[in-house]
Amino acid sequence: MTRNASPAAKAGTQRRGAEMAPVASGAVSPAFAAELAGVHDLAARIGRQIQLMEVCGTHTVSIFRSGLRSLLPPNVRLVSGPGCPVCVTAQRHIDAAIRLGTIPDTLIATYGDMVRVPGAMGSLQEQRGRGADVRVVTSARAALHLAGLFPDRHVVFLGVGFETTAPATAAVVLEARRLGIGNFTVLAAHKLVVPAMLALLAGGRVRLDGFLCPGHVSIITGADAYRPVVERFRMPCVVAGFEPLGILRALSALLRQVQAGAARLENEYSVAVSASGNQVARRLIEEVFETAAAPWRALGEIPESGLRFRPAFRSFDALERFGIVLGEDEDHAGCRCGEVICGTVLPTECRLFGSVCTPLRPLGPCMVSSEGTCSAWYKYGTPPAARAPALEAV
Amino acid sequence: MCLAVPGQVVERWADRAVVDFQGNRAEVSLQLTPEAMERDWVLVHAGFAITRIEERDALETWAYLRQIPAAEVDDAAGMPATDEVPHDAKR
Ligand code: SF4
Repeated sequence: MTRNASPAAKAGTQRRGAEMAPVASGAVSPAFAAELAGVHDLAARIGRQIQLMEVCGTHTVSIFRSGLRSLLPPNVRLVSGPGCPVCVTAQRHIDAAIRLGTIPDTLIATYGDMVRVPGAMGSLQEQRGRGADVRVVTSARAALHLAGLFPDRHVVFLGVGFETTAPATAAVVLEARRLGIGNFTVLAAHKLVVPAMLALLAGGRVRLDGFLCPGHVSIITGADAYRPVVERFRMPCVVAGFEPLGILRALSALLRQVQAGAARLENEYSVAVSASGNQVARRLIEEVFETAAAPWRALGEIPESGLRFRPAFRSFDALERFGIVLGEDEDHAGCRCGEVICGTVLPTECRLFGSVCTPLRPLGPCMVSSEGTCSAWYKYGTPPAARAPALEAV
Repeated sequence: MCLAVPGQVVERWADRAVVDFQGNRAEVSLQLTPEAMERDWVLVHAGFAITRIEERDALETWAYLRQIPAAEVDDAAGMPATDEVPHDAKR
């Protein structure tokens, strides 16, 4: 696009250590100011330390970019959960992609940030430097299109992302089957958000008072998907869009629940999210994939948290087609991404943060993706309120 | 990577459409939103419309999106990447 980023947004990506002006455009709208006053009022009445988790990289970035974090009352802390698909992709999937790329006449197609994620044998980008054909696509359909353009090559699409992205992968696999395209497979590494939230709570490593639930994932899953979180763990859940005012409204709703000692499911993004989600998309996922245990970066295997091909679609499974067995993960020693995405450690508590590990030379996936927690902290600075090291881990 | 961007359906044929993103147009799949008609607003993620939304809400979202780097918005909408062979968006 030819549109220019606003000066504030540009400054935000260049300056380090400086929190952006509250709500990037400069002025805070009256609605925002009123909502913020309400949040402060509720927090004061609750009195104690409150810890809320957002499980969506888009929320993480919006919260930082708008300066929202620094405007919150000191006793309300936001921590980022496993909400960035790039960050949670297990190293073994990156390694498998790199091995697929070394097979003659294969072409690896993947979403942008994935090319920079370090695996045991370097990143896909480095592999490209060694001659592998690695291409960045912005849609699954473009990957399938490449298979049509290069009939003599084999196109492997790196299928990553949460429920928002999985229906597109399912759709193109069905299209490939319908069109009889034989030179297209998928390295299926899609992840499901709710099982990760449940695993995080079951693990008991982080004390939370509520979840800010992802908006765009919920468009597909429906808000009802979070009922198990609310019911099994009595955890307040509020679905929010990604605009700062929407996030603030959802935080208000969470605090009202905390104050009342309630645990409810609320939907603050009803302009886009329904109770049961996008049925067409859910049926597509169901048709092509089944849920299975999946490895999460630094979190290990989580039951029912990933999507694998149903037997009828195994011919589209890149691992099956090329007989590749997933290996083990050997994450960079010292990288604390695993703890960062569980909300138990702040990026600044990692020894490597900002010195050895930077967005230009990322050591861990949390620094690679623009939605990664480490990268957001690096770009938008570390507000004093959030800098206190004593995170409320149990 | 879960960002979705509002756009307006300009022209549709079967389950595909040209969607206008505040002046930039791209081909988008309407497979997940078969109910979307020409002139409707949709939220697009990675080249697929994932839900219909009201114009008012779409424009509010754009007021926010204008503040964030264009490249991120383009990626989310599924604009062809630089090393991607362009798909047949502009028929
Ligand atoms: S700063 Fe770098 S090395 Fe440290 S946890 Fe984050 S990504 Fe890992």
